[in-house]
Amino acid sequence: MEHIRTPKVEQVRLLDRFSNKSTNGTLYLTATHLIFVESNSNNSTSAGQEVWILHHHIASVEKLSLTTTGCPLVIQCRNFRLVHFVVQRERDCHDIYSSLLRLLRPVSYEELYAFSYNPKQNDQQREEGWQLIDLGAEFERMGVPCDQWQLTDVNRDFKVCETYPRDLYVPITASKPIIVGSSKFRSKGRFPVLTYFYQEKKAAVCRCSQPLSGFSARCLEDESLLQAISKANHNSRFVYVMDTRPKLNALANRAAGKGYENEDNYSNIRFQFVGIENIHVMRTSLQKLLEVIGTRSLSMSDYLVGLESSGWLRHIKAVVDAAIFLTKAVTVEGVSVLVHCSDGWDRTAQVCSLGSLLMDPYYRTIKGFMVLIEKDWISFGHKFADRCDQLDGDPKEVSPIFTQFLECVWQLTEQFPQAFEFSEWFLLQIHEHVHSCQYGNFLGNNQRQREELQFWRNMYHQFDRSMHPRQSILKTILTLRENSCKAESALQSLESRLQQLGVTPIVTSDPPAPPPTRDQRSSALPPRPDSLILGAPINHKEEHQRQDDDEQEEVGEEATESFDTERTVEGSSGTESRKQSYGELDGTYSSELAKEEPAVVSLEFGVARMTC
Amino acid sequence: MEFSEHIKTANVEDVVLRQPLHPPSRGTLCITGHHLLFSDREETGTRQFLLLLKNIDAIEKRMSGSSGTITIKCKDLRVLQLDIPGMEQCLNIAHSIETLSCLDCASEMYPFFHRPSDLSLQDQWGLSSTEKLYSQMKELHDRWRVSTVNRDYSVCPSYPPAVIVPKNIDDSMLKKVAKFRQGGRFPVLCYYHRKNGMVIMRSSQPLPGANRKRCKEDEDLLQAVLDGSDKGYIIDTRSSQQATQARMTGGGFESKSSYSCWKRLHRQMEKGKALQESLIKLVEACGDESNNMDRWLSKLENSKWLFYVQTALSTAGLLAECVERDGHSVLVHGSEGKDSTLLISTLAQLIMDPHCRSLEGFLALLEREWVQAGHPFMQRCAHSAFSHARLQQESPVFLLLLDCVWQLWRQFPLALGFSEALLLRLATEAYASDFGTFLCNSHQERWALGVMERTHCLFKALLRPRERDYYSNPLYEPTELAIWPSVHPQSLQLWRGFFLRWTQQSRHLEEAQEEIRNMVIEWGKLALS
Repeated sequence: MEHIRTPKVEQVRLLDRFSNKSTNGTLYLTATHLIFVESNSNNSTSAGQEVWILHHHIASVEKLSLTTTGCPLVIQCRNFRLVHFVVQRERDCHDIYSSLLRLLRPVSYEELYAFSYNPKQNDQQREEGWQLIDLGAEFERMGVPCDQWQLTDVNRDFKVCETYPRDLYVPITASKPIIVGSSKFRSKGRFPVLTYFYQEKKAAVCRCSQPLSGFSARCLEDESLLQAISKANHNSRFVYVMDTRPKLNALANRAAGKGYENEDNYSNIRFQFVGIENIHVMRTSLQKLLEVIGTRSLSMSDYLVGLESSGWLRHIKAVVDAAIFLTKAVTVEGVSVLVHCSDGWDRTAQVCSLGSLLMDPYYRTIKGFMVLIEKDWISFGHKFADRCDQLDGDPKEVSPIFTQFLECVWQLTEQFPQAFEFSEWFLLQIHEHVHSCQYGNFLGNNQRQREELQFWRNMYHQFDRSMHPRQSILKTILTLRENSCKAESALQSLESRLQQLGVTPIVTSDPPAPPPTRDQRSSALPPRPDSLILGAPINHKEEHQRQDDDEQEEVGEEATESFDTERTVEGSSGTESRKQSYGELDGTYSSELAKEEPAVVSLEFGVARMTC
Repeated sequence: MEFSEHIKTANVEDVVLRQPLHPPSRGTLCITGHHLLFSDREETGTRQFLLLLKNIDAIEKRMSGSSGTITIKCKDLRVLQLDIPGMEQCLNIAHSIETLSCLDCASEMYPFFHRPSDLSLQDQWGLSSTEKLYSQMKELHDRWRVSTVNRDYSVCPSYPPAVIVPKNIDDSMLKKVAKFRQGGRFPVLCYYHRKNGMVIMRSSQPLPGANRKRCKEDEDLLQAVLDGSDKGYIIDTRSSQQATQARMTGGGFESKSSYSCWKRLHRQMEKGKALQESLIKLVEACGDESNNMDRWLSKLENSKWLFYVQTALSTAGLLAECVERDGHSVLVHGSEGKDSTLLISTLAQLIMDPHCRSLEGFLALLEREWVQAGHPFMQRCAHSAFSHARLQQESPVFLLLLDCVWQLWRQFPLALGFSEALLLRLATEAYASDFGTFLCNSHQERWALGVMERTHCLFKALLRPRERDYYSNPLYEPTELAIWPSVHPQSLQLWRGFFLRWTQQSRHLEEAQEEIRNMVIEWGKLALS
């Protein structure tokens, strides 16, 4: 490609982020990746580490001023990888720098098209997505359409609301004029529609954007649409309207002719603010968090103070709290809820999807989770391209909303280890793919009490291997499962051979209960509906993890190369790779010792490795 | 003294018991010399709840009208509530609990009365002894010997009768060295690294005092430890400033001029009061019901507990690094040599020595390095986080050890042969126990009271077949390699299993553990068939 001036630079040093260690190797620049290959000369024990960085993962490239050892190049990736190269010759460094600058953010769609997700293709992509994941079927699963809810074709040509999908579900009593009228009263035309239906109590979760109420405006159609939503649920005489913004923000919006519902105008609503901050606050918060955890020789106290002052976990908790409120309202009180924020595509998507995840075990399966993302995020128009900075857009539009959702889901998986079919890997993969500009599959979730929330080390330090546990329970269990499946089938074939030979097996005791096989798993979807926080029966995570891994491979494709290489370096089976891994000691526990005894630092044991 | 003196009301009917994770139940409360017994009269058969009075850290009573409520805060961090009808009864019960829970006469404690049917007092007490260790380690025999200079506890009251010392240092020299070390704790061998023959020694601080006295025998002993190698390290668990200040009170450190081959490394480790206060703050933060993320994080930070965990692990890492990577022998001490010293030598052994990581190995390690080495359990574990009693000798050093081991266990879930349940059990037993293991402050006191004859040993009990299954790690795969923990703040976590043990969430984690255990058992069966 014409932008690549120097495809290969030798004698490049890769500095470790938290210690004084460094590795020598060669840097290759290709049309899609930046690749660093460790040279084996000084280290015969390991095969040499490889780092693959997809250009699209690069968030920023920085060339620092020249030092005696060479020219430093710092690359910050969107998957929170941070690499620090030192290139010997300044000219090479500059070449790479300028090539990367050109490559990482294509100006025209044509350049993007070959390997990335094209925002202009949104509609078409959606349609493809619909073939893969059928949202119509998903609504049918929820029991919609039914006697109270129907499919409307009002948005067939995306005329009423261009950021909504074509097929929308509304109360049976809501006529077209009401819908159109209501959409004119809602920001970006995003009128209230159904997103999740809780069949047991006939309670609905609806979403929309803020009303254009200003200080006094009202809209009869909008009021009657809310009335219709309320009427559709016989369990309750009112609906909750959740405004997921802090009250102050909502008030400020009033001055701009927007705002929130006035309880006096709507006879049947209970209005509630939840106080999730806006995209700008979230962006700053994540930046602060990354700054803190990127500090070298961070002390425990600075870490906790930094974690707190970044506010990141507070924001995560706000989202989870909102989802819990939603879940309780729907499953316990049986009341329908209407969720909105400003435009109804960030906070609303977070809260609705997380709430559905808490309510419905189906969404905790791999397929269900993909459906959930398709439904609440992709089809209802979360602005992935803007939020994830996929094109050279407005930096103010970038915000880790989806990352936050994923983290919320991770917090839930931590607290309910057996309730999810997928593992942390799945979440990380999804995060990876959002930023690699491919097909959008993503998830996220999170839980309530403060102590329970933790720092998600594997997300933000995914590539700082020294910080991870050196052993993985998951891998062992997977190996174990594989082995027992093999043993199981061996046993069966032996038994059938015995029968063929006309011998009755001598063993009279029952064979041990076989672990559930995969067919059983796929056929038996967990019974719905059960709420997580209300003590749901648990389907077994471990049983599904094998499948989980398979799924990851499928979703994988080209952007996972970076992962795959790492996996091969590590060795794919849990048992082999464990052998070499402990010896690794990152840096040293003592700076004094290091200074005095350089030998301590240079000792190298085994391959660095990342576990799940 | 009779227990009955303190019991004015032994039985109360119609009491409501509220405990975490269970619905309230109504039944009969009964108080005995050592226990609080509650049995409910559900139609589905009676359920009993037994609580060792020793486990009670603090109680609060609140009267309203003719009934009263007693809130019981236990040393294992559980909080119970009893609603008792009748004011007088309530006051009587509260009084009995208050008095009986803090009796400090060891010989009247429950271990002397506990007689489980499947254990016999005739069994050998404990898992290991100095002599046994020595006879097992043939490598030691060239240069080391077992000394029984302390057989009547006169040289060092807090040491066991037998210790391992360099071969060419005779008992008369040891007596002189003991005079030069605080509390007589002269340097003894606690770990021999098979790979390179290096050792870890531990002791208390030397006593050069303000006039910088020297002790020829002490210098000789340390020289004998080096045995020709050019250098050794001394890890002092105080800051160099603290060590210098200790001179004013007669203590001090090994000066460069007198111990030319030894290099001192100072690592300040908090103990005593600071640690106890840290625990109190942390437990208070964990019990706070308001769901505020920021307040939680700043309280967690303010408690400094995780900071102490980090310091302990990284100092232990340093110690292991000196021995394993650097190939030098190390002497560890702080001031008394009964707290932080034991903490880091234990952790370092876990990091380096695969034998210590099995269930038996770990228990034997604890027995050697804590029980026999004279960690004053009675003093340190007299009260836990709730007590309003004035702080004296209390300090959760042992709990800190268990937390550090848990962090290791999190980072190396396959390398350790025991489960989290064992750590939780030990954390409870150290404060209140049916067994005699953690009674008293030293081997001498245990010997004087006949603990070894008249009580049962916890470690033995934990190795009974049923217990062993429960406390071992189903995924254990022994490895010969050292397990280097990561000590980045991001890698350390709050020990939820302990500090948030009585909340709902830990249930789900336990279930997952159980599931793993079942899978492994299933696989074991399959492999057999």
